[in-house]
Amino acid sequence: MTEQQVSPTKRSTLIKLLWGGVAAFVAAICYPIFAYLRPPAVSGEKVSSVLVGAVDDFDPGSGVHFRFGNEPGLLVRLDDGSFKAFSATCTHLDCTVQYREDMGLIWCACHNGKFDLRGRNIAGPPPRPLDEFQVLIQGGEVHVKQS
Amino acid sequence: MSNNHEHRRPLRPSTFASAVTDWFDERIGVRTLIDMARKKQVPIHRHSIWYYLGGVTLFLFIIQVITGILLLFYYRPGADTAFESIRFIMTKVQFGWLVRSIHTWAANLMILAAVMHMFSVFLTKAYRKPRELTWITGVLLLALALALGFSGYLLPWNELAYFATKVGTEITGAVPFVGKHMLELLRGGPQVNDATLSRFFGFHVALFPALFTVLLGIHLLLVQKQGMSTPLNIEKKKEVKSIPFFPNFLLRDLLLWLIVLNILAILAVFFPSELGEKADPFAPAPAGIVPEWYFLFMFQILKMLPPKILFVDGDVFGVLLFGLAGLFWLLIPFLDRSSQKGLQSRNFTYIGIAAIIVVLFFTILGWVS
Repeated sequence: MTEQQVSPTKRSTLIKLLWGGVAAFVAAICYPIFAYLRPPAVSGEKVSSVLVGAVDDFDPGSGVHFRFGNEPGLLVRLDDGSFKAFSATCTHLDCTVQYREDMGLIWCACHNGKFDLRGRNIAGPPPRPLDEFQVLIQGGEVHVKQS
Repeated sequence: MSNNHEHRRPLRPSTFASAVTDWFDERIGVRTLIDMARKKQVPIHRHSIWYYLGGVTLFLFIIQVITGILLLFYYRPGADTAFESIRFIMTKVQFGWLVRSIHTWAANLMILAAVMHMFSVFLTKAYRKPRELTWITGVLLLALALALGFSGYLLPWNELAYFATKVGTEITGAVPFVGKHMLELLRGGPQVNDATLSRFFGFHVALFPALFTVLLGIHLLLVQKQGMSTPLNIEKKKEVKSIPFFPNFLLRDLLLWLIVLNILAILAVFFPSELGEKADPFAPAPAGIVPEWYFLFMFQILKMLPPKILFVDGDVFGVLLFGLAGLFWLLIPFLDRSSQKGLQSRNFTYIGIAAIIVVLFFTILGWVS
């Protein structure tokens, strides 16, 4: 019996095909797993405007949290009686900010980030201002709308 | 007749143990392993104390597995059930508070033991050839232990855990190019909610322990195969004393495990872990919020970074910094050429000491501020 000789070119092609097959096999296993782990787009609560409360419910120089769809919002009544509303999600690392009456500003407890009452980042690590909402007063009620 | 008489005679324990050993030896050659353990020697010198930390970490991992399984009998993942089920464990189930407290304390002590083990290996240059793979598996095990700590922290679904997870997962979102995908994969959506809790539960009780067990198996196999490393300055001495691994070193190990178990019991009983307030995704982060102590130095550094560094957001810069430092640490055995050649590499000793000082300094700063 003589050993069948395989030309180097043919051997190289076969090896490439073999590795190609292995790669395709691995991809065929991995792709569905990654696709499965990627959360599907759920039609969440789409909100364009929410009612936060009656104007008289909020004292000047106070702040209150409200729910804007799936996200927390912060409504602040300034000393002059006007309202400002922001997304309460800190622009640094996603914590929820709060109004601090003693400091007269908006504060994030996680990394000591500070924003003024216009939502501008003034101290600490936050890189951007807070996202602002539009405030509408209708019939003595405070409505907050996406800007 | 005499054969029958012998047959009826009760088997003495040593004979019985020997018979059992023979039974296994004929099938899987167990005597070879026993002989190997008997022949194995552990060097004894002034740094030998550090040899015990790996065993302590292993012991605490075993406790984690046992108490984790016990908690699983009552824990129910879900934003509406997780907090309530932990409260049920702590208030209604007999010794439930103790099981949870031991699980929490053992997690903290395990990470402490692993960190000390890692630094002792670093400073004695035990990572040098031929133990590079032992170092790599060890660093990966520590990373997995931290991941287990992080994923387990969310499971009670209290407000501290909620915000720690928000911040921790948001940090992965800061990784350039793939960050957003990683964030989504971790959270199971754009926000930390019920989906995140389900994923973290899966990570904590299945994926991470499975990976940990495989890596631990490789790590232990390498330690058994290569034996204990002797520090460079002691290796050069003509004679290094040693004791047999079995039973001398093993008995010392077991004695230390008993001491650790006592410390753990004292901590778990007198300082039981608390549950806090249930997470409310629409409430502000509470004042004084800090992560677990082993993340405190990173938390403090992120807190001190300015919003922008060289056109890059401070948090992105921080994430890149931690990523590069982690990679550097993982590749230490290949970067420290001097110790590979059997030379004292003082520069890497200074790097190790500097790393300890940085971690301690920012941890203490994070704690007091």
